[in-house]
Amino acid sequence: MSADVKPVDIEPVEEFRLRARRWLRENMPLAGPGYRRGLTTLPDEEELAEVAEERRLQRLLWDGGFAGLCFPTEYGGQGLTQAHADAFNKELAGYRYPFRFQIPTIVPCAAVLLEFGTHEQKLAHIPAILRGDELWMQFLSEPGAGSDLAGSRTSAVRQGDDWVLNGSKIWTTGAWWSDWGLCLARTNWDVPKHRGLSVFMLPIHQPGIEISRIEMLNGSKEFCQEFLTDVVVPDSDRIGAVDDGWTVATRWLFHERSIHSSPLTLRPAVASGGHESYGEGGASLLELAEVAGRLDDPGARELVGEAHVLKAAQRELDRRVQATIAGRKGSDQLVSLSRLMQGVVSTRLTTIGYELAGADAAAWADDDEAVGARGVNYLTRQVACVGGGTTEMARNAIAERVLGMPRELALDRGVPFREVRSGSAGGAAARG
Amino acid sequence: MKLDLTADQELLLDTTRRYLADVVPTAVLRKLRDDPDGYEPGYWSTGAELGWTSLLVAEEHGGGSVSDDGLGDLALVAHEFGRAAAPGPLLTTNVVAGALSRAGGDAVAETLGALCAGESVAAWCWSEPRPKGGFGGIEAVAEPAGGDWVLSGVKSPVEHGAQADLFLVTARSGDGLVQLLVPAASAGVTVTPLKTLDVTRRFARVAFDAVRLPAAAVVGEPGGAAAEVERQLVEALVIQTAEMVGALDKAFELTVAWANDRYSFGRPLASYQALKHRFADMKMWLEASHALADAAAVAARDEPARAGELASVAKAYVGHYGPELCQDCVQLHGGIGLTFEHDLHLYLRRVAVGAALLGTPRDHRLRLADLVERRRDERKAEA
Ligand SMILES: Cc1cc2nc3c(=O)[nH]c(=O)nc-3n(C[C@H](O)[C@H](O)[C@H](O)COP(=O)(O)OP(=O)(O)OC[C@H]3O[C@@H](n4cnc5c(N)ncnc54)[C@H](O)[C@@H]3O)c2cc1C
Ligand SMILES: Cc1cc2nc3c(=O)[nH]c(=O)nc-3n(C[C@H](O)[C@H](O)[C@H](O)COP(=O)(O)OP(=O)(O)OC[C@H]3O[C@@H](n4cnc5c(N)ncnc54)[C@H](O)[C@@H]3O)c2cc1C
Repeated sequence: MSADVKPVDIEPVEEFRLRARRWLRENMPLAGPGYRRGLTTLPDEEELAEVAEERRLQRLLWDGGFAGLCFPTEYGGQGLTQAHADAFNKELAGYRYPFRFQIPTIVPCAAVLLEFGTHEQKLAHIPAILRGDELWMQFLSEPGAGSDLAGSRTSAVRQGDDWVLNGSKIWTTGAWWSDWGLCLARTNWDVPKHRGLSVFMLPIHQPGIEISRIEMLNGSKEFCQEFLTDVVVPDSDRIGAVDDGWTVATRWLFHERSIHSSPLTLRPAVASGGHESYGEGGASLLELAEVAGRLDDPGARELVGEAHVLKAAQRELDRRVQATIAGRKGSDQLVSLSRLMQGVVSTRLTTIGYELAGADAAAWADDDEAVGARGVNYLTRQVACVGGGTTEMARNAIAERVLGMPRELALDRGVPFREVRSGSAGGAAARG
Repeated sequence: MKLDLTADQELLLDTTRRYLADVVPTAVLRKLRDDPDGYEPGYWSTGAELGWTSLLVAEEHGGGSVSDDGLGDLALVAHEFGRAAAPGPLLTTNVVAGALSRAGGDAVAETLGALCAGESVAAWCWSEPRPKGGFGGIEAVAEPAGGDWVLSGVKSPVEHGAQADLFLVTARSGDGLVQLLVPAASAGVTVTPLKTLDVTRRFARVAFDAVRLPAAAVVGEPGGAAAEVERQLVEALVIQTAEMVGALDKAFELTVAWANDRYSFGRPLASYQALKHRFADMKMWLEASHALADAAAVAARDEPARAGELASVAKAYVGHYGPELCQDCVQLHGGIGLTFEHDLHLYLRRVAVGAALLGTPRDHRLRLADLVERRRDERKAEA
């Protein structure tokens, strides 16, 4: 981040805040009613139009000198601090912003590049990302390796100055309109699984990569699976040392788990009564209770209060975790607490939304899409506990890495990966 | 508990921790179970010397904090009280002392001197038994009579009501609230000790039957005490949640140690994933509870407009997940967790009592819903 910049050189936060406020007012389009962010179910042309618009917004930030607030200036960032990022997020409330760039392009992909890339690799890609030219994807999960990422079977074989990749990646959200992939692959099958991995970056749209789209249960077709056939990647696009990909992947997962609190991403504060809130707290659920005619029902009011409590708890826990890690008073592994909390709080809020909406979320009229969306959200509730690493894996990490409890028995420990067993469900279900 | 402490705060914490460990180890707490006061004479005045009673009191009244953040300092002490399940009228005396010091005037000087020295105890009489208006409802009434005031009503449960020399009583007066400082020996005051779940903390029911008091007994503006009462409630909740979190911290620590030491089927309990996942959830509740209790203390200092909100958020969260965490600790101990001999119940008691007093989680969720609605209405009015 910006540890190399002396604090004296940095613009005072309040001056920065005012400059940002002015600039946003003059340049950034307002979010307006009906503005959506997050997983959407749009026809392809509309989806592509939104992607193009977000590239434009990212370019706007770049031209205005507000792209990559906490990235080093050397790579096109602004070299500012978390306090500046917090101030900007507050000012950003109510404006549109390049949502799709935040995750996974900036965090974790750009964060991983920043940490492990060579100077040339960073120069080649970080400014391009901050300019809005490159959208990145994580090529981590495979049909047979999700939670057990180190069991990756996509193979990379050395050929002169190049590597040749074969295999399949899955569950990438939006790969069909993205540009680059950060890819975990196996470079050595004769050592235990963690010691035979390497990380590469590759353009997604090239002849050796076939992308097929997977329909989610809510009708979204953003999920993709990629089939890699003899894809050639120059060795200069390898990130980190050969067979040392797990070192990169470990930090990669750390960045992924801190997505909701990283200073690198933009997260406009949602205005609620003049106070910052952490996304949807009680306010929108109160509206929902009112629409449902339940504003006088103490049961409904209690649910609104509960939602408010949980959002605040998530926000304060994230702050505590970040402060503990930043102050070196606890290990990086504490981010698993944030990851678990996010899953637990998000699912509960979705359930509360569905309950408050009542029958209208199960069957709704055309002009009632907002309430109907509560029902559809409910069907995909568990996305919050699966995507980005499951909550079970977070619980394992908390128990083992934070509390120091004994590790789970692993039958593949110390065994050359070639000899490790895999089950019949490995990927068979992926293509239906 | 807070992450960044000043050297003075570390000292306050350390002396409190060592004093409690020396004087009220858990074996002593068990013996105090039948003691009517819940603590030995001398325990409280020595604690007062360590600073327990003066943190919310202005320097001119003989008080003073160690960090310019008296409530934050007191929250640290309360956290240690929770970790030790320590006896004594910590919450009740401090809330009254803070209120008297803010009200100021000549009359409070002597009273505050005795409270700060630990020579006398004051009880905060706010809660009423099953108030008709719901949580926070006040039915006690105080009316001017000649130059005097006459107070009638019932307060319960009053923390250390039977040990207190003074009561700070919240009552209705006309359209507003009034607070009166009532000597325990006044005619018309009846104190009835209550049975309680806590081993050493005591509660009482205090009835005021046409108690006649001089005008000087009024603290602050008669009829205009609502904002001050709300502030006292926030302070009480900050102390209460800090103490509950301290107790949770200790209960969790004991249980993690137990799970590592106890074996079944040839392996430690801590090696079973079914139990590890429960520990992970408990750790999350615990850390969120720490974070919220701290945030409430910080808001009380820095952001008066959000102090009530964060105090209610902290109480609603800690009051719900805290008892769950403690019960899980009992469960994971197996049979031994249900014995009087084991320490675990000392913390379970403190947390369970805290959850029920000064508003249940439900009360605070409803308070927050009201707040969310009020803000929404204000926003609409602005637009
Ligand atoms: C919306 C969404 C977006 C995603 N985006 C991406 C992306 O961009 N890039 C990418 O690479 N991946 C992505 N993923 C994939 C995601 O990371 C995986 O789905 C996730 O890591 C789980 O892997 P899996 O689906 O193979 O399930 P599995 O690993 O097979 O797990 C199945 C179940 O078993 C549990 N389980 C597995 N192992 C253990 C264990 N040791 N202990 C306890 N429980 C266990 C899991 O918690 C889960 O409940 C996305 C997923 C979703 C839902
Ligand atoms: C009110 C009461 C009455 C009782 N009456 C009798 C009686 O009359 N006669 C008698 O003989 N006993 C009696 N018991 C004892 C009771 O059967 C035991 O307490 C119980 O079997 C648990 O054993 P434990 O206390 O040794 O706990 P432990 O076995 O040490 O267990 C501690 C915790 O670890 C968990 N745990 C242990 N092993 C595993 C595992 N493999 N996987 C996952 N979790 C695990 C347990 O579920 C528990 O939560 C009584 C207990 C109580 C509370």
